[in-house]
Amino acid sequence: MSAPPDLVAPARTGAPQGMALYLEAITVRFDGFKALDRLTLYIETGELRCIIGPNGAGKTTMMDVITGKTRPDSGSAWFGQSVDLLAHTEPQIAQLGIGRKFQKPTVFEQHSVFENLELAMAGSKSVWHSLLARIDARQREKIDATLQTIGLQEQRERRAGALSHGQKQWLEIGMLLMQEPQLLLIDEPVAGMTPHETERTAELLLSLAGRHSVVVVEHDMEFVRSIARRVTVLHEGRVLSEGSMDVVQSDPRVIEVYLGQ
Amino acid sequence: MMPRLPLQGLTGPGLFLGALALAALLVPLLNIAVPESSALHLSGYSVTLIAKYMSYAILALAVDLIWGYCGILSLGHGAFFALGGYAMGMYLMRQIGTRGVYGDPILPDFMVFLNWKELPWFWYGFDHLGFALAMVVLVPGVLALVFGFFAFRSRVSGVYLSIITQALTYALMLAFFRNDMGFGGNNGFTDFKDIAGFSLQAPATRMVLFLATAAVLAGSYLLCRFVVASRTGRVIQAVRDAESRARFLGYRVEYYKLWVFVLSAVLAAVAGALYVPQIGIINPGEFSPANSIEIVIWVAIGGRGTLYGAAAGAVFVNYAKTFFTAALPSFWLYALGTLFIVVTLFLPRGIVGAFTALAAGNARRAQPE
Repeated sequence: MSAPPDLVAPARTGAPQGMALYLEAITVRFDGFKALDRLTLYIETGELRCIIGPNGAGKTTMMDVITGKTRPDSGSAWFGQSVDLLAHTEPQIAQLGIGRKFQKPTVFEQHSVFENLELAMAGSKSVWHSLLARIDARQREKIDATLQTIGLQEQRERRAGALSHGQKQWLEIGMLLMQEPQLLLIDEPVAGMTPHETERTAELLLSLAGRHSVVVVEHDMEFVRSIARRVTVLHEGRVLSEGSMDVVQSDPRVIEVYLGQ
Repeated sequence: MMPRLPLQGLTGPGLFLGALALAALLVPLLNIAVPESSALHLSGYSVTLIAKYMSYAILALAVDLIWGYCGILSLGHGAFFALGGYAMGMYLMRQIGTRGVYGDPILPDFMVFLNWKELPWFWYGFDHLGFALAMVVLVPGVLALVFGFFAFRSRVSGVYLSIITQALTYALMLAFFRNDMGFGGNNGFTDFKDIAGFSLQAPATRMVLFLATAAVLAGSYLLCRFVVASRTGRVIQAVRDAESRARFLGYRVEYYKLWVFVLSAVLAAVAGALYVPQIGIINPGEFSPANSIEIVIWVAIGGRGTLYGAAAGAVFVNYAKTFFTAALPSFWLYALGTLFIVVTLFLPRGIVGAFTALAAGNARRAQPE
């Protein structure tokens, strides 16, 4: 299916081709305060990108714009070549293939790990369809494969509320994977994790890149260093610096923002 | 080893359906086959009383479905119950015909009394039972659909939703109190004669209505079980526990809420339609906000989120109410309040939750180390 020519973003702006996500000149104001200030950001297909920045830099607001939770005052947001994110609702955007992991692990605590993955599975989400839905062999296989990826095979039938903090985070990533997303947005995945859990999470995220485009927002610099190929530093709603971890860390503007005050 | 308890191994749903089947067998037996002189005889009054508890149990299932499983605390379900009751009442009023005090073949007594000359348009069709039954489902269903559509689309939730459901039932109560609404004002409908050609006073009719109520209760229970055990049921509970998570997974949360809300409203309405012919009266008091709150208390006391617990709670609380209002009328509200507080503080999962915990504890102790 090809979009009508006037809906193709890059042709209009002359931005790089073949990206998974285009954010261009996005501005979001909250009561006069600019949470995002003409933010422009591109995410390549299959890329693992880390976004860092001090509190209030606009990281969460950026996620909110991409997932349709917040509407920007101006700017444009395109998913691939042809999908205008600003014209879709939250559930539609989720269906289009953008999965978001919240900062605090939010899984369905009363459901088993298996049921959590079942509910997250891609497919029709309508009431009437769900009423008669049964899991077929292929879907069961897919759930089991995801359990393997996130390392929770042993916890299959456990109530999600009984999992450890790290396990909940992985389950939530597994839930995102069940939606077969093209783009994964992951907000502070290792906050509150033990060093061992952090290490396992790094392996997990690295294994996802390539098959999916992954955007990770994180404060933990050690962790970012261990997974990042490309890092974007946000500050006051704008991109301050972008490049490899070494480039970014030696950028005087970044040093000023992080250490200067 | 602990001695095996007689009912051990029987789960709540099995017990509930078993008790219901037993009631459906024993009540006719004790009422018809046992002579009136016997101490075991069940009076016609008692049969109706049990049927009343059963219709309340259906209402409790409806509230448990929306509150226990979807987390929407509706304090207005009495309104759907009453609307179902009114739709049935309109049919029963039309059946009175010339046997009313004023003997008008078409107009119910209260319309003659108000000096109305013809039947208002919204009374058309209610002389047919089939039409009335359709209205029992449609009127509350459509009201719930419209009300729920706007409430859930605007993401009204929590205590705000509870308050507007209270406002809904209160507004309907005030409306139905008005004589010019055409629903009998504060007297409502009463003095019914017959249903589908059978006298409502006849013991056989009452027994059939009792059995119908038992069958609808069993059917409603199985329907609710089917819903909560389906993936839709799991989504509904997911919405209760982490609504925004469910939304990000791509579920149209407001449609799920709306769907359960309408289903629940229709169940409540069916309960009302079964209640009215057996109790013999419907008036605007049924819309009173306190009624709706009381339903929630039944469910909380029985144990929310279990279905059978809600039904058991309705029967238990209403049995207690019957007992107390006869023995110590002034004491009843204190007893209900105390019961509610005790259950909230000490039995967060209600009476059946406490039993389940007890049984689980027994089972654990019974197991050899």
